Amino acid sequence: MAGSVQPAAAAPGTPATLEVRGLTKEYRRGTPVLRGISLVFPDRGITAVIGPSGTGKSTLIRCINRLVEPTAGAILFHGADMARLSGRALREHRRRIGMVFQEYNLVERLTVMENVLSGRLGYLSSWQAFLRRYPPQDIAMAWELLDTVGLAQYANRRADALSGGQRQRVGIARAVMQQPDILLADEPTSSLDPKTSVEIMELLAGITDTRHIPVIVNIHNVPLAKRFASHVIGMAGGAIVYNGPPGGLTDDHLNQIYGGEDWQE
Amino acid sequence: MPSGLTAQTRPPAFLPNWPARIAWIALIAYTFYAASILDVTWERFVTGIDNGMRFLARMVPPDTGASKLQLLAKGLYESIEIAIIASALGIVLSLPIGLLAARNLMPAWVTWPMRLFIALCRSFHQVIIAIVFVKAVGFGALAGILALTVASIGFIGKLFADAIEEISLKQVEAIRATGAPFMSVITYGVLPQVLTRFVGFATYQVDSNLRNSTMVGMVGAGGIGGTMFAAFQRFDYDFLLTILLAIIAVIMVSEALQNRVKKLYQ
Repeated sequence: MAGSVQPAAAAPGTPATLEVRGLTKEYRRGTPVLRGISLVFPDRGITAVIGPSGTGKSTLIRCINRLVEPTAGAILFHGADMARLSGRALREHRRRIGMVFQEYNLVERLTVMENVLSGRLGYLSSWQAFLRRYPPQDIAMAWELLDTVGLAQYANRRADALSGGQRQRVGIARAVMQQPDILLADEPTSSLDPKTSVEIMELLAGITDTRHIPVIVNIHNVPLAKRFASHVIGMAGGAIVYNGPPGGLTDDHLNQIYGGEDWQE
Repeated sequence: MPSGLTAQTRPPAFLPNWPARIAWIALIAYTFYAASILDVTWERFVTGIDNGMRFLARMVPPDTGASKLQLLAKGLYESIEIAIIASALGIVLSLPIGLLAARNLMPAWVTWPMRLFIALCRSFHQVIIAIVFVKAVGFGALAGILALTVASIGFIGKLFADAIEEISLKQVEAIRATGAPFMSVITYGVLPQVLTRFVGFATYQVDSNLRNSTMVGMVGAGGIGGTMFAAFQRFDYDFLLTILLAIIAVIMVSEALQNRVKKLYQ
């Protein structure tokens, strides 16, 4: 399995960039968190995965880039089964999948610039990375992305000097730095205040529009999901209960996903 | 409404801890018993003070004869060399050993032997290890360097492994998610989180090696210790004072340097 990954050319008729088939995950035997999920993810726009805490949204996203080992099923990324890759082939597919984390997961003691450039680590030898010998075009791209997220003036600050919203912007810049074919975002707004949450979602929407990178975002804030997503996947109890446009999402669906009606205003 | 308990039924605010009291009494009793067995008496202590004062009186003024100073410089310089070489070797070897001993990054079949090796390095005092190496490689600085290297691995290796076990795995996970190769995950995800502490351990070990390098000479492993031991044997107490003052000066200079180094890596 040599690791040549085709760029995302979403011509009609070609298979989707990302598809999961029969994906199952059990952290403990006999108690599945994901119950045989099969899904074709859209090749454009923001896909929001909604559902209550503990329903397997995070596990689903983490199985895609194998931060979590799936128990059974296939994860087809550009036709290659991520679940069966290992070593170099896994890394070469992983670098085409960007990831944004709930708690930003920046390396606190590295600078903002180093954090953004670390998105290129999948393309560099360890020795080049250690000596900070990044190709000039990588550094140029890092500056451009820092401009995009509005943090160029903080390039040489340490990541732990930034606020939550700023950190998440750096996290997004790092993920885009990978030049990914798909961007995963695991509850990117859950640690942020409402205003900053909207700004982060606007940033993700801008990236999917201008760079044509499909974004899959876990989010439990339904209004935010409806506002930004072009596609919604509703999960409950480790299974999919809704898969369609945000407009088709009814109160009945939401009751099925979140259970009861008390939480709705 | 007040609590239902009246003054009579309330328990005391502070309960006596009888097991702890008994343990303290037993410890004090044993200390007196052991002192009587070992013939530790007040009279001997008082005579000792008298001897000590005479010993101190013979130390002043320090001997600063040219030949003595030359001897001092040679021995002290060798001690510093031993300390620096042993620290460098110890620090370089402790990095991989500490990484391999970290149970949050490595599988058990790697960490177990590494932890065992580190524990072995820590088991014996430097002077005992030095005696073994003097027997193995002969008298001189090499034995001292090897002994202090082993001690350095025992100390830095263990603390470094423990520090790695306390890092945030979220930062490591993020680097892994970029498709970074294993060594890049270490240099970007792990090392930045522990570098400051590693520098702290390393500078502390340099300090400790400096002090211990003045001692391994007493068993023939090179450095000022040999000169100092000879001065003791020949009752050259005034030269002994010169040596002690010189060691104090070296330790103080090293302390100042350490603080500078630590500031570089905050």
